[in-house]
Amino acid sequence: MNYLPVLQLAAPETIVTLTVLVVLGADLTVLRGKSLAARFNVGALLSVLGCASAACLAFHRHVDANLFNGILVVNPAVDFIKVAILALTVFTILISTGGKFTDHVGEYLAIILLATIGLMFLVSAEDLLMIFIALELASLSLYILTAFNKHNAQSAEAALKYFLFGGMSAAFLLFGFSLLYGLSGSTNLGEIAKAIAGKGLDPLLLVAIVTTVIGFGFKVAAVPFHLWAPDAYEGAPTPSAAFIGAGSKVASFYIVAKIFTLGFAGAEGSAVWHGYVAGWTPTIAVVAALSMVLGNLTAIVQSSVKRLLAYSAIAHAGYMLLGVLGNNPPSASALMFYVITYAVTVIGAFGVVTVVEEATGGDAIANFKGLSRRAPGLALCLMVFLLSLGGIPPLAGFIGKFFLFSAVVSVGGNLGLLWLVILAIAMSAVSFYYYLRVLKAAYVEDAAADAPAIKVPALTLLALALLAALVILLGCAPGLLTRYL
Amino acid sequence: MLAWTIYITFFGVLVLMLLPRDNARAARIVALLTAIAGCVVAFVGAIQQANPGDVTTIVKVPWIPSIGANYYLAADGISLVLVVLTGLAAVSGILFSWNIEKRTKEFFAFYLALIGGVYGVFLSFDLLLLFVFYELTIIPKYFLIARWGSTRKEYGAMKLALYSFVGSHLVLIGLIAAWVVAKGQLGHASLDLIELSKVAFPIAFQHWVFPLVFVGFAILAGMWPFHTWAPTGHVAAPTAGSMLLAGVVMKLGAYGCLRVAMVMFPEGVRMWQGEIACLAVAGIVYGAGVALVQRDFKFVIGYSSVSHMGFVLLGLATLNTIGLDGAVLQMFSHGIIAGLLFGVVGRMVYDRTHTRDFNDLETMQLGKLIPFAGVTFVIAGIASMGLPGFSGFVAEFQVLMGAWTVFPKLTILAGVGIIVGVAYTLRAVQKGFYSDAPPDAAHHDHPLEPISIPERFGAVMLIAASLVIGFFPSLLMNWIEPCFKSPLFERLLKGGAL
Amino acid sequence: MNHWLTILTLVPFIGGIVVAGLGAERKHLVRGLALATSLVGLGGAICLWLHFNAKSGDLQFVEKFDWVPTLGIQYFLGVDGLGALMVLLTAIVTPLAILASWNVEDRPHVFHALVLWLQAGLFGTFTALNFFHWFLFWELGLIPAFFLIKLWGGPKRGPAATQFFIYTMVGSVALLLSFLAIRLATGSFDFIELAGMAKSGVLTTKLQAAFGWKNIGLIIFFGAFLGFAVKVPVIPFHTWLSAAYSEAPSSVTMLLTGVMSKMGVYGFLRILLPIFPDQIRQVLTPLLWLAVATIVLSACAAFAQRDLKRIIAYSSINHLGYCLLALFAATAVATGVNNSDLQKAAALDGALLQMFNHGLTASALFLFVALLERRSGGLRGLDDFGGLRKIIPVFTGLMGIAIFSSLGLPGLNGFVGEFLIFKGVFPLAPWAAAISTIGLLVTAIFLLTLIQRVFCGPLNERWAKMPDLTTSERFLVLPSIALMFVLGIWPQFILGAVDATVVKLVQQLNF
Repeated sequence: MNYLPVLQLAAPETIVTLTVLVVLGADLTVLRGKSLAARFNVGALLSVLGCASAACLAFHRHVDANLFNGILVVNPAVDFIKVAILALTVFTILISTGGKFTDHVGEYLAIILLATIGLMFLVSAEDLLMIFIALELASLSLYILTAFNKHNAQSAEAALKYFLFGGMSAAFLLFGFSLLYGLSGSTNLGEIAKAIAGKGLDPLLLVAIVTTVIGFGFKVAAVPFHLWAPDAYEGAPTPSAAFIGAGSKVASFYIVAKIFTLGFAGAEGSAVWHGYVAGWTPTIAVVAALSMVLGNLTAIVQSSVKRLLAYSAIAHAGYMLLGVLGNNPPSASALMFYVITYAVTVIGAFGVVTVVEEATGGDAIANFKGLSRRAPGLALCLMVFLLSLGGIPPLAGFIGKFFLFSAVVSVGGNLGLLWLVILAIAMSAVSFYYYLRVLKAAYVEDAAADAPAIKVPALTLLALALLAALVILLGCAPGLLTRYL
Repeated sequence: MLAWTIYITFFGVLVLMLLPRDNARAARIVALLTAIAGCVVAFVGAIQQANPGDVTTIVKVPWIPSIGANYYLAADGISLVLVVLTGLAAVSGILFSWNIEKRTKEFFAFYLALIGGVYGVFLSFDLLLLFVFYELTIIPKYFLIARWGSTRKEYGAMKLALYSFVGSHLVLIGLIAAWVVAKGQLGHASLDLIELSKVAFPIAFQHWVFPLVFVGFAILAGMWPFHTWAPTGHVAAPTAGSMLLAGVVMKLGAYGCLRVAMVMFPEGVRMWQGEIACLAVAGIVYGAGVALVQRDFKFVIGYSSVSHMGFVLLGLATLNTIGLDGAVLQMFSHGIIAGLLFGVVGRMVYDRTHTRDFNDLETMQLGKLIPFAGVTFVIAGIASMGLPGFSGFVAEFQVLMGAWTVFPKLTILAGVGIIVGVAYTLRAVQKGFYSDAPPDAAHHDHPLEPISIPERFGAVMLIAASLVIGFFPSLLMNWIEPCFKSPLFERLLKGGAL
Repeated sequence: MNHWLTILTLVPFIGGIVVAGLGAERKHLVRGLALATSLVGLGGAICLWLHFNAKSGDLQFVEKFDWVPTLGIQYFLGVDGLGALMVLLTAIVTPLAILASWNVEDRPHVFHALVLWLQAGLFGTFTALNFFHWFLFWELGLIPAFFLIKLWGGPKRGPAATQFFIYTMVGSVALLLSFLAIRLATGSFDFIELAGMAKSGVLTTKLQAAFGWKNIGLIIFFGAFLGFAVKVPVIPFHTWLSAAYSEAPSSVTMLLTGVMSKMGVYGFLRILLPIFPDQIRQVLTPLLWLAVATIVLSACAAFAQRDLKRIIAYSSINHLGYCLLALFAATAVATGVNNSDLQKAAALDGALLQMFNHGLTASALFLFVALLERRSGGLRGLDDFGGLRKIIPVFTGLMGIAIFSSLGLPGLNGFVGEFLIFKGVFPLAPWAAAISTIGLLVTAIFLLTLIQRVFCGPLNERWAKMPDLTTSERFLVLPSIALMFVLGIWPQFILGAVDATVVKLVQQLNF
């Protein structure tokens, strides 16, 4: 068996794997005995170097290949998603450098990188088996990342919940996949589509659709499979939560879109107003609607910012599922634009929360009081991120929503999905309220008189500033990103 | 040239953010210079415009070609009038806020950001760009009120922000739907207002999209019954905030109604014309009636704003040239007059007496203690009543004229509203400044700070503006009138031109 | 193109600004400058009168140019006999009012400025011929009046001023709406043009065409009627008057009754009669009833009053009622009457004369009341005095002349006007004239009662030491008294100038 083509095609993943080893090795040998901050910084530097080189490689090569009938698919679009995932990883690592939640720096960074590898393979897969394997690689890494804070019982509880839910949903997914294999005789998405086309809506197919939705619904934290998310986001160390909310989402949505639009093509049905036809579209429409409503409404009453961001993530998952619903190229590119910009924003938001948490000992909204005086730069970044999540122009969140909603509404040309978009826009208006509450604490309310200024670690501030600038830039000139999608 | 109003203002925001934290003086001067520069550019740009009837493109570059969005700034006569108003309001607002000591540079930074957004809305001819600027103004508004306001400032700010946000999202739904339908008809995606104004949207579609978009904008214009954010918000806001809110931001809503909702969906307007007129007149009468019984001075002015904006909406609903002319002129006139009224009540009275309750003010004999404020308020009140000689008269005159043929009974009701307007203004003048109640001895011990130069400047500036337009309305009418003869408004006015 | 009228209006306006700017300290300068300005105005009005071509009934001193063409608004000034007469009246009464208020101590600069601005507003109203700019001055006159009552008035001045303002505004809004409708239908704001349209019958047709209601003309007429009826005032829109007149400082009341009330009658003559003759004819009987009611009821009300100022206030309503009677009668198409033109001309001549004379007389009466108040420390009740003629004979004599003029004694100016009115109205509307004579009777009764209570009878010991008129005061009242005699004996002075105008007006109504 000639593995050279495999290595060539999987070069970015290989580089990252090597980085894992280097980081682990460095932490074990050279950095032993150094301070936590130093270890984190050096380890971060190494990881960033590795990821950066992998990203450069992926960005500049222009290959089109499909190994082993869908096990490893490489083309410029997929490569760009990989670049995005790697970039998000870089940012996550940068904001984790100030963390004091663990001593096991090398292991932490290594597991983040391993999750990244899993995600990269995930987006390259068009075969059910490979999808599952990559998904599991990523998921297991994420479970561990959630549990990393050994000083905090909440972290362990969160990880356990995540793991149990995750395991169960993986089981559902596998069940669905096996049904699909049974129905079509192949594990390749394209072949599956051909096989089930024209067969009508077989009850087994319906079950397969539903279980797949369940499996991935859990992954992206859509209602009613979201119960793990608030606890996980709150209990996990904040950089882990950032990664769960960002990098993992990008890959998951990409593959969800691929599976449904490619694999289940022909069984869409229709979710148009007064035009219901059974298929995966109405199923996802219902899930999306529920996510948007529940996520936004529950976020209103949260007092912990991390939980607020968790419920907001659920709501945003709902919006993103709309993009999947669109089932055409403009929807798909709108979806990816939205997911990527959302991921960038969320990492930034969690980055700010990390700093505030370390400085004030908690992540309640009350801890953010007077932030504009205590750390003006940080507060400004927070404003950019939260307003982008709320959908205020000229930030990236607004443009993303606009792209997404207009793409979805144009499906079919007769405004059939407008009801969903109306719901989305209405819920988006609601979301403005809870984001504004946090900003109110930061900008309008005053901190206690003796509250000292907050010192932000340099690397973190740099990362946050870059992220904020990116959000503004993508909001004003979205063309920079859309031309790759 | 006019685009520089936007750029200069935002540049001013940047400079302000970089200033050292506690230098209030530098912050004020930077802000004032920026506002004056913007105002001058607005005037010069407006006068230079050769053909106010036509839409003159300022800049048009592709922005997001995939959805047909361009960075498209342009101006016709209506834009010019409103841009000039913004310039005047900006400068006078800063003059009236000269005494802000708490976190001055942030105050002016948010203030200028709001102004920049407003300039942007009035100059945008691309729907996405217009929407971006429109939404952009919500955040500075919120912070201006929540941080520097007075009565129930956080509640007022949140209510205002949420109402504005909901309104703009209603508009977003309509816009996206219209964009999709237009794409089908034009064959390509477009967000260009002029192109979209030529699209013949299906009647059934317009039947529900028009009210959605119109109400979305009208919420910000203070249309009854969605006006409840306005009095609370105006009262909670600091003086400059109220001046801008009532003076300029409410006009954003009315402008959106005219420029977007009515131009894009002319048949839709006709279907809903009667309802809009009814709601407008309800606002006129209700606003005036409620203003008559208020105990808080600022609430009187807040409700009077709702009443005056009712005239704008009535003018829009007439769908004939005179009514529409009057509506735009009323936008300008009320912007100036509201600025003046809030300037007096907020800055001259409240900042000195720390009360806005008529029961307290009655005993203070303010007419004798701060005569400049008294005289200014009388003049502003006269202008607000719609007495001839001031801009308000010409505007209301035209609106009533336009409304007569179409809604005679409603016009008479509007006339009743004017009379109630006289009553509440007189009551405010009397109770606030010239009451006959016995003076309270306690107040005599604390002489009030005299009216400062910036306040006098601001007041004189606004009074002069209202007087000049009152006596020479042609100055603005020459800009406004030709617009309604241009192709952009052709479909709207066909069958109703006067 | 001459600019006489513009300059005439601007002089008091600018004078007012200068006076206001002088500040409260320089009282003498303020008063002197105000008086000088009003005398300049008087000079200008007299010049106008002298240059006025009495033989032509046309407009003179016309200034006309476009202001806001798209709305049909022109800056159109001009005077005919009526306008010139009113301008002259204003110019005469204002300096007297300023002299009467010489002793105002509280913010004299504002007081005199307001008086001058009021004069400017009045000049403007009497010379404007395009609705927009006429309305501008009509409204502008309100503000100074409001403040003059509100800030310097008696104990109940607040409500009096507010009531005055709101009543007038209600009328103004109705007037505005009516004229907007007219402009919509006819495309014109020009009074002359509209009168032409009314004469040819085109006006009503156009209104009906524009609005589609058969009786729209009548409704528009009512709107305009309301505006003027409040001003004159006509019963039942008069309730603001007695409070306003009695609470205002007497010098202000001189202006209010002397000139401002004439604005209402002027409005009837200049606007309502020429533009709505058809409509007036349609409701002629009710209108005549209203005029008669005004005459009779106000006289009876005056009889019941105890406050001198209120007596004279109600008497004002009564005197103006005669003018209205004449006006309404003049529109009647009298059948079976020879020379109805002559009768109408007589009635209108009488009305004009009555306007001028009443302005003079009433302001003189209020001046006398002011002088009396000065001596009595503010008391002005009918029963507060008694037997004053023994103590202040000159005062009694001069005020007596004024009272008799008001009563209509032949030889004094009041008589001629009323005589002409009745002469003209009797043939045209006999029963109305007949009932109105009751008014004459009651007026005589209450005025004589006034003389009897105040001046005759036993001396009220309280006033034993009351000083008589000082020299300066005598000079103050002299012009009015002199004019009362002059006009009583030689009314041609006025009639000669206005006759041509009246004839033109009658021809206008002749169809």
